[in-house]
Amino acid sequence: MPLPIFVWWIGEAQEDPALMDHVRRHVARAFEREVVAWSAPERPRHAYDARRRQHASGTILKWLVETGPRGGKVLGVTDRDLFIPILTYVFGEAQLGGDAAVVSTARLAEGADAVGRRVLVERLAKEAVHEIGHAFGLLHCGNEGCVMSRSPAVREVDEKSSLPCAECRARLSQEGA
Amino acid sequence: MANERTRILVVDDEEIVRESLGGWLEKDGYTVERSPDGTSALARIQAERWSILIVDLKMPGIDGLKVLEEAKKLQPDLAVVMMTAYATVDTAVAAMKAGAYDYLVKPFDPEELSLMMQKIVAQQTLVRENVVLRQALKQEYRFRDLLSKSPAMQAVFELARTAARSNSTILVLGESGSGKEVLARAIHAESPRAEGPFVAVSCAALTESLLESELFGHEKGAFTGAIARRKGKFEAADGGTLFLDEVGDVGPKLQLDLLRVLEDRKFHRVGGNEPIEVDVRIVAATNRNLQKAVQDGKFRDDLFYRLNVIPILIPPLRQRREDIPLLVENFVERLAAEMKKRLDGVSPDAMNALVGHDWPGNVRELRNVLERGAVVATGAIIQLAELGLPSKGEAPPKPGALASLEEIEKRHVAAVLSHTGGNVSQAARILGIDRVTLYNKMRKYAIRRTGEPQDVPQPTNGDGPR
Repeated sequence: MPLPIFVWWIGEAQEDPALMDHVRRHVARAFEREVVAWSAPERPRHAYDARRRQHASGTILKWLVETGPRGGKVLGVTDRDLFIPILTYVFGEAQLGGDAAVVSTARLAEGADAVGRRVLVERLAKEAVHEIGHAFGLLHCGNEGCVMSRSPAVREVDEKSSLPCAECRARLSQEGA
Repeated sequence: MANERTRILVVDDEEIVRESLGGWLEKDGYTVERSPDGTSALARIQAERWSILIVDLKMPGIDGLKVLEEAKKLQPDLAVVMMTAYATVDTAVAAMKAGAYDYLVKPFDPEELSLMMQKIVAQQTLVRENVVLRQALKQEYRFRDLLSKSPAMQAVFELARTAARSNSTILVLGESGSGKEVLARAIHAESPRAEGPFVAVSCAALTESLLESELFGHEKGAFTGAIARRKGKFEAADGGTLFLDEVGDVGPKLQLDLLRVLEDRKFHRVGGNEPIEVDVRIVAATNRNLQKAVQDGKFRDDLFYRLNVIPILIPPLRQRREDIPLLVENFVERLAAEMKKRLDGVSPDAMNALVGHDWPGNVRELRNVLERGAVVATGAIIQLAELGLPSKGEAPPKPGALASLEEIEKRHVAAVLSHTGGNVSQAARILGIDRVTLYNKMRKYAIRRTGEPQDVPQPTNGDGPR
């Protein structure tokens, strides 16, 4: 029985059950394993950088490993804007081949007013699958339609599918995922 | 992504920057290493090859600009991206001037970094493909040490390759410096005798009696000074190839001796009685018109037919100018390696002049001109002035003076010898001919080493080459 993936709302706003349900369904479909909704009151507020007015995603990843559930991988979903020190922002981050991943709705909402909530939901699901893919050891993929292809902007997120391509699937099974 | 071949070195004194940038690049499949300072970074660049260097401008100790400068010396094709916390025009200009590929202001946009890396990788892939293609093309144009893309030379290579497989005598014809010996060596190397010796004799450099003993060897006491038995070149070449250069210069007596060996594959050492049998493949060469020499009664017709079994004519360089850029590139590469000097090529106007020159001394002259240029060159690109090519119209000594070509050649040879202070090798280099040819011309025109005319031709065995 493969270890489950825990999905945890760690945002400041009220959790949106429909949104989280959508993410869980996509993750379960992509990695063909049990996905568990996790809930706890702690929030990674220490990851906030007052100067940048953003949350450091690296700090959140460490916190997820320390604070989150054990016995599987854990995905934190937040509404806070994320960054890594050298980049202006990131949609999410994961420990490559590790246990933690985080993804944010903050930047994915770009232009979402015009295109609607459905698009935001799709984007979040894709980036969630993408970051968990990294946690399973997958690198960025050269196939444009693959969920593991690099998405520097929302345009690329919208263009890709929410599933790994055949090559990435093959790599996943090699990694024992 | 096929990025594993791209090796990136991230240099920053802040660990968090090294880690976050390194991790981000690793997810793109790049091979990433990290260095905390300039000193360790330079040590790694010296030890290994990198595709991209991403270096912080402000670091304690050796700063980013210095790292960039030193790294470019160690690996000129390295793409260096400078990171800076504050973009000032000055730092950006300084970085670009020092040869940086680009610079990034921290923190940078993910899209910007991603695109920049992709652009560098695409460029480097193109450069690599170009090198591979050019190498492949060069192999197509190559016959051992000979290089040509001209159809006439390709036909020469084809004939030489086929002829190499046989045991037949080959006569290589061509002007001085056109590569007759190089072709002879290539034929030997391609022949079933490749494992055997290749022995070259210049028939023009020696007097007839010396050449006889050189070719056939001599017994002890065969002549004054023959203090021991000595094997000749025919014996030395047993099982291999004997290259008889300047065979058109052989005197009448030796012509007969050569004819006998070619007919019987047997000869006697000078002063010897025992016939010696050898298994030798003959490749002969001359820059003379042997057919005319036969008509003039200066060369035996029977020997000519024995030698002229497979004639191969090497066209002069001026008839295959399309080869000049290829040869220039090849020679510059070799000279750079020999001299352990960085040479990237010749300037466009130098190349134009090289292609336009008439090359009476053919490929050898071209090589000599480039060697001079390589020695004199102050930068990585050899400039026109550094080649020392004669400018057009400089050649005839006195314009308007009516003189025969021979007269002008005589005067020019004398002038060059006088210029070099009697140094024959140097004079031969300037003239673009080999020393043997120069000695022949000196004999023909009765010119002393000092360039002065001499009244009575002197014997040349005293200071002949080798």
